[in-house]
Amino acid sequence: MMATKRNILAPVANVETQAYWDAADAGRLLVKKCLACGEPHFYPRALCPFCFGETEWQETNGEGEIYSFSVMRRAEAPYAIAFVKLDAGPTMMSNIVDCDFDRIAIGQRVKVVFQPSNNGHKVPMFTPV
Amino acid sequence: MSIKRAACIAGIYEHPTRHAPDKSLAQLHAEVAKGALEDAGLSKDDVDGYFCAGDAPGMGPISMVDYLGLKPRHVDSTDVGGSSYLLHVSHAAQAIAAGKCDVALITLAGKPRSEGMATGTAPRIVAPSVPDAQFEQPYAPTIANMYAMVAMRHMHDWGTTSEQLAWIKVAASHHARHNPHALLRNVVTVEEVVNSPLVASPLHRLDCCVITDGGGAIIVTRPEIARSLKKPVVNILGAGESPKHTDGGRIDLSYTGIESAGRRAWAEAGVKPADMKYASFYDSFTITVLKQIEDLGFCEKGQGGKFVADGNLISGVGKLPFNTDGGGLCSNHPANRGGLTKVLEAVRQLRGEAHPRCR
Ligand SMILES: [Zn+2]
Repeated sequence: MMATKRNILAPVANVETQAYWDAADAGRLLVKKCLACGEPHFYPRALCPFCFGETEWQETNGEGEIYSFSVMRRAEAPYAIAFVKLDAGPTMMSNIVDCDFDRIAIGQRVKVVFQPSNNGHKVPMFTPV
Repeated sequence: MSIKRAACIAGIYEHPTRHAPDKSLAQLHAEVAKGALEDAGLSKDDVDGYFCAGDAPGMGPISMVDYLGLKPRHVDSTDVGGSSYLLHVSHAAQAIAAGKCDVALITLAGKPRSEGMATGTAPRIVAPSVPDAQFEQPYAPTIANMYAMVAMRHMHDWGTTSEQLAWIKVAASHHARHNPHALLRNVVTVEEVVNSPLVASPLHRLDCCVITDGGGAIIVTRPEIARSLKKPVVNILGAGESPKHTDGGRIDLSYTGIESAGRRAWAEAGVKPADMKYASFYDSFTITVLKQIEDLGFCEKGQGGKFVADGNLISGVGKLPFNTDGGGLCSNHPANRGGLTKVLEAVRQLRGEAHPRCR
């Protein structure tokens, strides 16, 4: 079954996160990495959630694998929610799109695609490689 | 300092309503407060500690203290969702042990049923200042599909089946048939659960709890006072708490917060899973129960599916009767928060007040 288009709620960026959403609009997925302990994390923060060190933005290859997922059937347009473990390290919440929902599987390789939210700004989602 | 035997549960009340369009939210809080005080044999003037969470209207405890006409010397509005009231029992015991209050009142009430709330299936709007909001809201997380991802991962890791999860609902339904106030009183079968419509894969409609109006209240007091009252004394032996989160993106659905919270509670109480003849488990969904059973050590990790199957949670049939009032899965889930009613049924069991077919 293919996805019907869902109204994607626009993210409300703030000064701490603006660079992430600007990158998404430009078709790039970023994570934050700690300058002190070297660990990447998600969602991005100014101070590392592991050690409170200062952090910097880091490019990713936009790929990862599905850690878990669920297809929401009780919705106007069914959609697939997932946790995607990025090759860059952290796991993030996202949607799996442009695919047959019945064929989504844990462990499946996925790559980022950017879909417009209801105010036009892009949101990173994933589709099977 | 331990809370072991520092305080007792002296009064409980569960509002009999499951649909209350004719009552205000504050009114429900007052009715359950009155009910629990009557159950304890105490009066409103005895209350010197008040506890409530996010279901209570107003700022923290302030509006409710005003509305109820209480004059507490200790208040606490810790809100961690449905389990808030378990923390309240623990915090009340701590406050009593520290001499901060003698008679603590905990109330819960809500009207999601009469308000037509799509509790588990509609994404909840979160203030943009909540730091995770912008990284989650676009993806439409709901209560149902978040728990569903836990279930999906458990099935992947351990081969757990929908039929095994269904046994949890089946057990709850066997208990609910004896509860005249339960919303769902019909016994259901494994087939009926797995053939009910998918809500969020792999969870079906009958894997979900009910949506009900109503509420409940608990009176916690010091042992000397509890012993002077008419009801059997119910001692608090231990408690633990542990907010689990996404850990900076190191998301791991293989365990829940109750793993460490439970370890602390078992240690403080000095008891172990094998000592338990009854258990109240939070039951927003069937998978919720299974995860707690594993993480509290009632079985090996991954073996929860086998543990709950074949009626093992049914009173008089299996080894571990749970939620003998029908729980949130069949009886009541007031305010979409299941913690308080779990305490109530555990107290009924300890007092010998649970339904004779479920003791
Ligand atoms: Zn760090």
